[in-house]
Amino acid sequence: MKAFLAIVRQTITVSFRSGGGPLVGLIFFLSVVIVVPFGVGPDLNLLARIGPAIIWIGALLSTLLGLDRLFQDDRDDGSLDQIQLAGIPLELVVLAKAVGHWIATGLPLVVAAPIFALLLNLSPAALGILVLTLLIGTPALTLIGVIGGALMVAIRRGGMLVAVLVLPFAIPVLIFGVMSISAVILGPASSFGLPFMLLCATTLLALVVGPVAGAGAIRAARE
Amino acid sequence: MGITNTLANPTRFMSYSGKILPVTWALALVMILAGLYYAFPGSPPDYQMGEVVRLMYIHPQAAWLAMLTYVLMAIAALGTIIWRHPLADVLQKAAAPIGACFALLGLITGMLWGQPTWGTYWVWDARLTSFLILFIMFLGLIAIWATVDDPGRAARIAAILTLVGAVNIPIIYFSVQIWSTLHQPQGLLQGQTDEHFLPPMFLMLGGYTFLFISILLLRMRTEILGRRVRTMQLTSVTAEA
Repeated sequence: MKAFLAIVRQTITVSFRSGGGPLVGLIFFLSVVIVVPFGVGPDLNLLARIGPAIIWIGALLSTLLGLDRLFQDDRDDGSLDQIQLAGIPLELVVLAKAVGHWIATGLPLVVAAPIFALLLNLSPAALGILVLTLLIGTPALTLIGVIGGALMVAIRRGGMLVAVLVLPFAIPVLIFGVMSISAVILGPASSFGLPFMLLCATTLLALVVGPVAGAGAIRAARE
Repeated sequence: MGITNTLANPTRFMSYSGKILPVTWALALVMILAGLYYAFPGSPPDYQMGEVVRLMYIHPQAAWLAMLTYVLMAIAALGTIIWRHPLADVLQKAAAPIGACFALLGLITGMLWGQPTWGTYWVWDARLTSFLILFIMFLGLIAIWATVDDPGRAARIAAILTLVGAVNIPIIYFSVQIWSTLHQPQGLLQGQTDEHFLPPMFLMLGGYTFLFISILLLRMRTEILGRRVRTMQLTSVTAEA
């Protein structure tokens, strides 16, 4: 448990000190939100309708930032060797990395989302649901992304590849997240309960699959 | 495990596959030619869809084969991770581009069918979306094989991603029943297909399958030979030094 918390803290610290931390992710998130109205035109009714989708896409893209360096730095300076030698289960290490990465990039997004959503003319009721779905959905995005980060241990010049590999698996999270908010915006035509429960289920599934697959990828890369 | 153990020796695999390959090529050719005959002059147009129904002889087969390829790759991925089976690595690498081709063929024929029938080339229906994801996953796996230099490491990395992506296969298969949006459910085995259409459909399915086996074996043989060439080059360089 002590080692787990240490890795979480280390991940957050590294993200704050070397990658610019949550700030870069937030600015990127804000840029996505700002760019879309220029693309589709500043029609407030339209923006209110597609707003949740824009926020979710922004959250997805900012979660991908920094994933490729998540384990590569530890591999390069040798700390990954030390962690493996220390006998901590790799699954726990990956989970700790995911928790740290989420606190550094995911949590700030959840906090900032309602402010950014005002730019997109979202109603107060939709704002609450948006924060709730993001709070449950962004961990799933991080846990799926961690698999891609772990794959990058083997692939030296990954770059964009991590996004290509991770995006298909993030699509269900996006679908269920946006569907739950649509229920509030479009009225009783669509239900809130079912997509929301599916979103929770996706997060729980990612909680299991992410660490296991990530640990498998690291082991495969280091044999 | 008997057969897989025997085939673990690449030399033995080369000798067996060399004997099987002409047979599978011949079967593929005969079945596809016969299927094409039944598909065009030998079967009537559909009373609702007209001539467009003839895409039924090339579209579901391609989609089915793309999914079969993925399942085969997932099994090979288990072989790579659990048993370190040397041929499983080769199969994974050889199958990915074939699967991508079948998936693309399925998407293109499906779009050509959708325009006259549904009135649009593309809808974000559950089946179409999940199948598009399958195509992208094939591309991602090909990218891994292209980026990772060491083939053994590439195989293990690709295996993990293949296994995680295997969740998509049941989603594709059951998507038409669960969400029942636009894409119609498969009616082939439920007896909803008129008997006129069945012979060419099954002939083409068999033809596609043997074509797949032939290309897969050919690509696996090429890969094994390529690795041998690489080893020989390395030893000759070391010998010179």
